[in-house]
Amino acid sequence: MSESTATATASRRRFSFDWRRDIIYVGFVAVLAIFSVLLRDEGFLSTASFWNILRQAAIVSVIAVGMTLVIAAAEIDLSVGSVAGLASVVTAMALSHYGLVPGILAGLALGAVIGSINGALVAFARIPSFLVTLAMMGIAFGIAQWVTKSAPVPILDLTYVANFGGGNIGPIPGLIIWMVLFVAVGTVVLKKMRFGRQILATGANPVAAEYSGIRTSWVRFRVMLICSMGAAIAGMLYAGRLQSGRFQWGAGDEMNAIAAVILGGTALAGGRGSVIGTFFGALLMATINYGLILAGLDTSQQQIIRGVIIILAVALARKN
Amino acid sequence: MTAASQAVRGGPSAAPLVSMRGITKSFSGVKVLDGVDFEVVAGEVHALAGGNGAGKSTLMKILQGVYQLDGGTVEVSGKPRRFGSIHDAKRAGLGMVFQEFSLVPTLTVAQNIFLNDEPRTGRMIDDRQMVRRAREIFERMQVSVDPTAPMASLPTAYWQLTEIAKALAEDARVLIMDEPTAALAQQEVRALFDLVERLTDDGIAVVYISHRMEEVYEIADRITILRNGKHLLTSALADITPEQIVEGIVGRTVAMAAPPRRDCTDRPVVLSLAGLAAGNGLHDVSLEVREGEVVGLAGLMGSGRTELARALFGIDAITAGTVRIDGREVKIGKPGDALAHRLVLVPEDRRLQGLVLSHSVNSNLQLPHLGDHSRGGWVDDRALGSLARRLVDEFRIKVARPEAPASLLSGGNQQKIVLAKWISRDPRVLVMDEPTAGVDIGTKAEIIEAIRAFAAEGHAVVVISSEYPELLAMSDRLLLMRESTVERELDPTETTDEQALELAVQGVNHE
Repeated sequence: MSESTATATASRRRFSFDWRRDIIYVGFVAVLAIFSVLLRDEGFLSTASFWNILRQAAIVSVIAVGMTLVIAAAEIDLSVGSVAGLASVVTAMALSHYGLVPGILAGLALGAVIGSINGALVAFARIPSFLVTLAMMGIAFGIAQWVTKSAPVPILDLTYVANFGGGNIGPIPGLIIWMVLFVAVGTVVLKKMRFGRQILATGANPVAAEYSGIRTSWVRFRVMLICSMGAAIAGMLYAGRLQSGRFQWGAGDEMNAIAAVILGGTALAGGRGSVIGTFFGALLMATINYGLILAGLDTSQQQIIRGVIIILAVALARKN
Repeated sequence: MTAASQAVRGGPSAAPLVSMRGITKSFSGVKVLDGVDFEVVAGEVHALAGGNGAGKSTLMKILQGVYQLDGGTVEVSGKPRRFGSIHDAKRAGLGMVFQEFSLVPTLTVAQNIFLNDEPRTGRMIDDRQMVRRAREIFERMQVSVDPTAPMASLPTAYWQLTEIAKALAEDARVLIMDEPTAALAQQEVRALFDLVERLTDDGIAVVYISHRMEEVYEIADRITILRNGKHLLTSALADITPEQIVEGIVGRTVAMAAPPRRDCTDRPVVLSLAGLAAGNGLHDVSLEVREGEVVGLAGLMGSGRTELARALFGIDAITAGTVRIDGREVKIGKPGDALAHRLVLVPEDRRLQGLVLSHSVNSNLQLPHLGDHSRGGWVDDRALGSLARRLVDEFRIKVARPEAPASLLSGGNQQKIVLAKWISRDPRVLVMDEPTAGVDIGTKAEIIEAIRAFAAEGHAVVVISSEYPELLAMSDRLLLMRESTVERELDPTETTDEQALELAVQGVNHE
């Protein structure tokens, strides 16, 4: 042991290819290549496509960054889509009654409240996050539908719209700025900050984490809180982009976000995670959607093909 | 040993690094520790010994802040301390090298060493500094481990080194090693001992928990023996003989009524192994079990007993040698093969492997019989019901309602269910791993009786047990396992009582 260098440690693995972690990049390039050839005449390779794909990926990415942290900690959050919808409604209502700043604060506060409830139930009452957030999904959706009587709440504040997803900064859509911001912060947190290590350790081996002095309950609480906050901001972006709050905004996004996270190489069992991978996961799905639309497929067909691709990608990633 | 540790060996003049006085601790009214004293001085290796339930791990968990003590005092470097958490203990310089390794497999070696204590510039983790410092620690330990390797890619020995490095990174002055060699190969043990010597030269104290007497003599300066939650003695190892240690650990226990050994030499051989080797390290195992015979496997933890059971049952792959049952050679590649040849394993961990705890007593008993009592996919409830009733009677399972979940039963009754479940399948060869662990004394006698009765009906039984009185009471013959093989058959003088058996297993008095 002391004399010999282990074979396992002999090689530097800094640039080695990890199938499970890196399959997303291979898949992304492959899909781009296929569409570039097949959809050349439909104009797949154009600046318009580029911005469209990014814009489509933006809101799901914002949600999926928080989801990456949650799944890396071996939890799950099914309530993000409904929370986004409720946040859009709450923000729109507060905007019209009290003005810009209270509107923004109301949306953020909603995320904080729901995140704290989810977090407390998961971390301290020790109820499985699957159940807590499944219940919260229904509750948030129901409240949003109830308080609006199923009607959209219009947003007339143009400053809000310009800043939350409706405007551009130079040539760049504001939505994309939000996405880049979230991905950048998420990457730094997971890769470079102590909290990121605490998340990964909690997800992979909570006992080891506790024995290393990590308070795993607080880690769980915080990831659930962060994820809900992200979902609320995503809802506010929907509200800005669509100039209204509506309970249906964000419906079904939880599945897209989870798919992006898993495609991106984060383990559903926790312990490994990559925010950049998640970003490419969201991008891959947006690319596929966009390509299928160009190819003239309707929504139902898109859903089928998207489902097949997700199964394929995850099955391939399992190989190692 | 070194000059530094020579000077302090048992010396009352040296101020203790850790001093525990009059420690008491109870769990739900049962006193586990009763006024225990224990101290460690800098630079010594202090062995902590005692039988199962003597209180060793509880004492160490108090020292690490996992449990809070009920009474007594803990002083570190002369200052009284009260550890409310693992964190407090770490701050006081106490490090634990865990028996069940507590590392995160998805992180790298360096990330594990500095987990939750990462070097940072501002709020960002400084990965480069982390790797450099990890390297420095490994250099100080004089071992070569790549700090950037993912933990999961490294073999067991490196996990242990990483645990030690982690403790050193936290500036631990006392290391607690609980059975550190259980999972190590011979030359790895050597390297670990060299490392322990270098650490003690630096003034680090080591509390060493091991069942292996040879190791204790090789590495420890002093030994403290606990018995039934009380401090029995502390002595320099130079002043104590192995016999005294064994007597201290074992004590004068009430011997279990050992039934007369059956001589089955004229009966036909049922199970016969020749040159068996398996992927789990087992090698050159040859043995015979005759009709009506219970053969016990004695040996230390990690001597290959469980590995033999797993290979026989087709859990770990057999790589060489032959298995014969009733003279016919059989191939066992998976548990299904073993069952087809009527070889059954009652596994070590009944709660995990033997029972569906949340299901009823009845359905547990019926589980292996569903195939025999169903037609076209429909389960014959009546036949299964009467089967379960018969088994409850036969094995004297104390249960108010057979519909109650098995989790409500005592350990002993749960074990009876496991036993009934498998014996009722009418196996030819029954292999049992620790059948009496965690079972109360009265039930133990019943289980032993059931096992012996089953053998007497003309079957072959192989029993593994770390509880020597039980092993002696069950077995007609005893085989000694060591280093993943059957070393030899113990002769009757070595199996007269628990103490003789312990000495034989430890390899004392045997040339």
